[in-house]
Amino acid sequence: MWNEGPMIWTSDVLILLTSVGIIGVLTHFKKWKWLWDEWLTTVDHKKIGIMYLIAALLMMFRGGVDALLMRTQLAVPNNHLLTAEHYDQIFTTHGTIMILFMAMPFIFAMFNIVVPLQIGARDVAFPYLNAISFWLFFFAALLFNLSFVFGGSPDAGWVSYPPLTELGFDKGPGENFYLLAVQITGIGSIGTGINFLATIFKMRAPGMKLMKMPLFTWSVVAASIVIIAAFPALAIALALLLLDRVFGTHFFTMLHGGDPMMFVNLFWIWGHPEVYIVILPAFGIFSEVVATFSKKRIFGYSSMVASLLLISVISYFVWAHHFFTMGAGANVNTFFAVASMMVAIPTGVKVFNWLFTMYRGRVTMSLPMWWTASFVLNFLMGGATGVMLAVAPADYQYHNSYFLIAHFHQTLIGGTVYGLLAGMYYWWPKMFGFKLDKKLGMWAMVLFNIGFYVCFMPQYALGFMGMQRRMYTYPAGMGWGTLNFISTIGAYLMGLGFLFIVIEVIYSIKYGERDLTGDPWNGRTLEWSLPSPAPHYNFAVIPTVTERDYWWELKENNRTHELRPKAETLKSIEMPKNSARPFLMGVAFFFAGFGFVFHWLILGFAALAIVAAIMIHRALEVHDEYAVPVDEILETEAATGRL
Amino acid sequence: MSAQTGTSVQQQTVTPRHKHKSGKYIVGYLLSLVLTGISFSLALTHSMSFQPLIVVLVILAAFQIVVQLFFFMHVTESDGPAYHAMGLVLGLFFTFAIAFMSVWIMGFNSIVS
Ligand code: HEM
Ligand SMILES: [Cu+2]
Repeated sequence: MWNEGPMIWTSDVLILLTSVGIIGVLTHFKKWKWLWDEWLTTVDHKKIGIMYLIAALLMMFRGGVDALLMRTQLAVPNNHLLTAEHYDQIFTTHGTIMILFMAMPFIFAMFNIVVPLQIGARDVAFPYLNAISFWLFFFAALLFNLSFVFGGSPDAGWVSYPPLTELGFDKGPGENFYLLAVQITGIGSIGTGINFLATIFKMRAPGMKLMKMPLFTWSVVAASIVIIAAFPALAIALALLLLDRVFGTHFFTMLHGGDPMMFVNLFWIWGHPEVYIVILPAFGIFSEVVATFSKKRIFGYSSMVASLLLISVISYFVWAHHFFTMGAGANVNTFFAVASMMVAIPTGVKVFNWLFTMYRGRVTMSLPMWWTASFVLNFLMGGATGVMLAVAPADYQYHNSYFLIAHFHQTLIGGTVYGLLAGMYYWWPKMFGFKLDKKLGMWAMVLFNIGFYVCFMPQYALGFMGMQRRMYTYPAGMGWGTLNFISTIGAYLMGLGFLFIVIEVIYSIKYGERDLTGDPWNGRTLEWSLPSPAPHYNFAVIPTVTERDYWWELKENNRTHELRPKAETLKSIEMPKNSARPFLMGVAFFFAGFGFVFHWLILGFAALAIVAAIMIHRALEVHDEYAVPVDEILETEAATGRL
Repeated sequence: MSAQTGTSVQQQTVTPRHKHKSGKYIVGYLLSLVLTGISFSLALTHSMSFQPLIVVLVILAAFQIVVQLFFFMHVTESDGPAYHAMGLVLGLFFTFAIAFMSVWIMGFNSIVS
């Protein structure tokens, strides 16, 4: 903290000023109680979703600044803006933040905001667990971000391979920050996976058979299955490495029969499925967006469902393609190469179904649709280069080169991030009651999209020219200078695109088109039958579904009044009570993590004891629900003009 | 699930709740601790040679799965729809895939050394 040079000092000061500013504003406007009652203790899935969204966008900013620093460093040969060590820390935090603290909370934001509304439920299956999941993520992100001002960031890559990450080679606390933060957020993610699988299987409105579910909900099923199956492997790998580092075991050191390759194996048992965890919900979003804006039902619904589930199972059997060059036998490599290529088949099916849905549809090019269209091109290229990487012998050439960097950014940005942004634009009116401005949004889209190609196309070429990933600088004579410089320009264009999104949000809060109908896009699924934003109990009366795209069918047949509540038949509704414990549990986990990072075992175990105490307190709780009285429901429904 | 008891009347798909005695959970918890303890001590004390040790550990792990399924997940009490069984099969499929494919992948180690 004290000896890290002007860059970190500046950040320290900025962080301090921001914190003081936030505290000042909250105190000035007397908002502490509101913050506590309405947000920090909430168990409402819609609010939790919004908090996930805000956190994800903030983390996208942080990860993006890291990316720009790296690209600035690589813009010209022999650059010494960053030291080697600092560069290592930046690519490690960038990768970790983007995957675990940006993409994951962003998909969870979508799960939370959309799923209960789409299936006609009042909440998720376990609202209290849902709040715990959020606060575990939140405090894990805080712990991770703290590393760069407090003791040093991790610097061994987002994969954190031993033996480099063993105590012998990496003393500093940075690696501990990584292990504990990722562990804590991972626990939260497992909770979310279980929660949403249970929600979708148990809480659907009457009549909504599995094959009548909207495709986004199906994609959440697929993603949740992969979460439940994959995240425990990560938890084990991290826990064993932590034991190695903190308690002196030898799971991954060669001493006493340990084996570092086992970490690599365990890591990718999670790591590969993880990229599908973040892409599957994006597929679901594209399906909703394409159907809505083509005013057609999705082409090949059953094949869409089948391909989602196939992807989630096959993607589980491809993890070894991340270490083709490790020296496993030809049989192993062949098996995993073929399995990897097979994922392309169901993915191709999906792309064709989207295209067939648009074909002969009355397509409206709104912002979500623009992001979807840009995604398709990206994903065709990302898929093609992915199949190239899956050819095991050829991978000996591509392995750890910039070709790989270009490929995975094309799928992660061009697939996941585009999908999540499409989803954000699409459901924004449902969350906040106004649309985001289209003109500013188009600027953001165009800049981001052009920037994307300018940034990553040169990197494919650089990979072929022999440039390796994770290089902090390179000599002048390699012929890499021009392409790297172009790539950096692209990165800045994307940064500019992101700024336009920020401006767009701020502008739209004031001037954005208000959504009074609750159905601004002429949507097809149940969430659009509710006012925007939805009342906290979602549905005054749970609908009985008879068809796929039920809301659309009702509109076609002028039967929408059937979903309106009737004053005579309203009953009071049981809702879960707010609770401070999930938040406090997050705080306790934060201190536990902090304790173990610095080997302060007393703090660590004391904080874990508090976690246990909170759990026992919860177990003894009897009344965790309250009844919303009919009067209040009447009043709320009347205020939105539905009675 | 507790949060939904009030609304469950309207939610067709919710199955009736079972009463679980806490005693069963405690027994299950103790059993899994004991099984873990045995594996740990066998591995730590080096009291067996490598090949038989692996076999014993795999058997203990299988018992662990059984304990989890019967004491915590109540497989025998399920009257739910068929996807319960499918979920179980998928879970076992994934579990064995991880275990046996890891052995297969890491086999190169014995060739190298
Ligand atoms: C503004 C857009 C982005 C730019 C310009 C960018 C740039 C970079 C750069 C320069 C590297 C380091 C390459 C190297 O030297 O090895 C990198 C690594 C990485 N990026 Fe990005 N990135 C962006 C967005 C993302 C997103 C959205 C994700 C994930 C969702 C992501 C995931 C990763 C990962 C996992 C790594 C590997 C880190 C490691 O080597 O340990 N990036 N990125
Ligand atoms: Cu992979």
